[in-house]
Amino acid sequence: MLRRVYIDVLAQFHGGRVRPVSLTLEDGRRYVIDRITDVRRAPSKSGGAGLRYTCVILDREVALYFDEWENVWWYDSRK
Amino acid sequence: MRAILHSDLNCFFASVEQLYHPELARGPMAVCGDPDKRHGIILAKNEQAKGLGVKTGEAIWEARQKCPDLILQPAHGYLYVRCSDLVRSIYEEYTDLVEPYGLDECWLDVSDNLQPPVRIAEEIRRRVREELGLTVSIGVSYNKVMAKLGSDYKKPDAVTIIRPQDIRTMVWPLPLSALFYCGPHTVRKLARINIRTIGDLAQCEAGYIRKILGKNGLGLWNFANGVDSSEVRPSGEQEDIKSVGNSTTLPSDLHNRDEVKRTFLRLADKVASRLRKANMVCRGVQIYVRDTELLSIERQSKLYMSTCVTKTLYEQAMQLFDEHYFWQRPIRSLGLRAIDLMELKEDRQLSFLTEFKEEERWREAETAIDIVRERYGNEAVTRDFRYCRGSDNHAVASELYRSKDKTGRLADKHVLPLGFQALKE
Repeated sequence: MLRRVYIDVLAQFHGGRVRPVSLTLEDGRRYVIDRITDVRRAPSKSGGAGLRYTCVILDREVALYFDEWENVWWYDSRK
Repeated sequence: MRAILHSDLNCFFASVEQLYHPELARGPMAVCGDPDKRHGIILAKNEQAKGLGVKTGEAIWEARQKCPDLILQPAHGYLYVRCSDLVRSIYEEYTDLVEPYGLDECWLDVSDNLQPPVRIAEEIRRRVREELGLTVSIGVSYNKVMAKLGSDYKKPDAVTIIRPQDIRTMVWPLPLSALFYCGPHTVRKLARINIRTIGDLAQCEAGYIRKILGKNGLGLWNFANGVDSSEVRPSGEQEDIKSVGNSTTLPSDLHNRDEVKRTFLRLADKVASRLRKANMVCRGVQIYVRDTELLSIERQSKLYMSTCVTKTLYEQAMQLFDEHYFWQRPIRSLGLRAIDLMELKEDRQLSFLTEFKEEERWREAETAIDIVRERYGNEAVTRDFRYCRGSDNHAVASELYRSKDKTGRLADKHVLPLGFQALKE
């Protein structure tokens, strides 16, 4: 069962669209997003749906979700 | 030939709950109203619950008898509206002729889209599943009624095509209840003359059906033969408003007239506000009273002059109530409806009558309150029910408003509509 983990995200408006630049995990570690390979609306495995950003961070792919109504960012965690 | 799609979100409320709470998808689940507020009925169920015989509209205890393991989930209206809007925005990428039918169903006229309608339907089905995690059944046909039949034909997550040449093989064997606008009463009436399937109805003489069901019967007969020329209305275009109403099932039964007055005043406030928002006035009032044995009455009367003012609606509702309800049993629900509507025109006929002048002043005052509520929320200005307890004169006084200060507490001083004095301080 996956768990929804809300995180702090530094985002930038780029050409009228919002793009995440870096994220800070619950334990305070901060990561810069190297690349965004895909943006689309998709359901999240931990529940709900939102804009899914497929991000590359230190050569690993991470799916970040953004809910425009609630204005929250989250990722699905196995822990 | 037109290309019409009817898209139906499968088990919509239950699917949205499962989307936001994936753990609910493991067993039979239903969305229900709040039993504490006595809204304890099944609003929607998932496929597993449906397979066990749980039906929409039945009481929770009935559903539990059929399915003791049924998981009940409270309804979250705002989520359904939000998901419905997202699905609709997908539809609107293919055509601007999108006509909603409730939150979960829509007709789409894709005749002017260059893509084949079946491809559009498949693409919509895939996108709704992949982007929103919901499933839709889509009927593709040449008119609205056949498209609706198509979306009901195969569920969930499916596309069904009904062409004119498919009517005899696909549509005619279906039971009458599958036909749009054919309710249980009509089904029973036609069953008495041995008309049980859509094909039975289609093969009857039109005149014979008209004799039995009247003018509406002719419409049904046309539907059964695959004939429907109604158009898909463009997105945003609203049907003419025929009435404006509000009803409520109360958390506890009403035992006396004061409680009824309080409820009608609240309903009249809502109805009048909606009338003003739509820039309409009504020329009649209808009330609905349901007692604890679930027996209900509906009564209506004409107004002396057209209105969109709370006080007039409230007084008319109370008059109707006093004339027609004799307190055989306590009351479970009440409803108030403004009927016989017309547009509120600025150049309407004026009058020197005192009632007319008073009506105008109330309308101006209540319009000002609408503005305050729109800006600061419905709770910013509320009615003071303390004045509702006494004699009938005090019911008028109950129109006094009280306001909340910045901290949310009630302000000491009443804020009265301009030009009004407090009848009691």
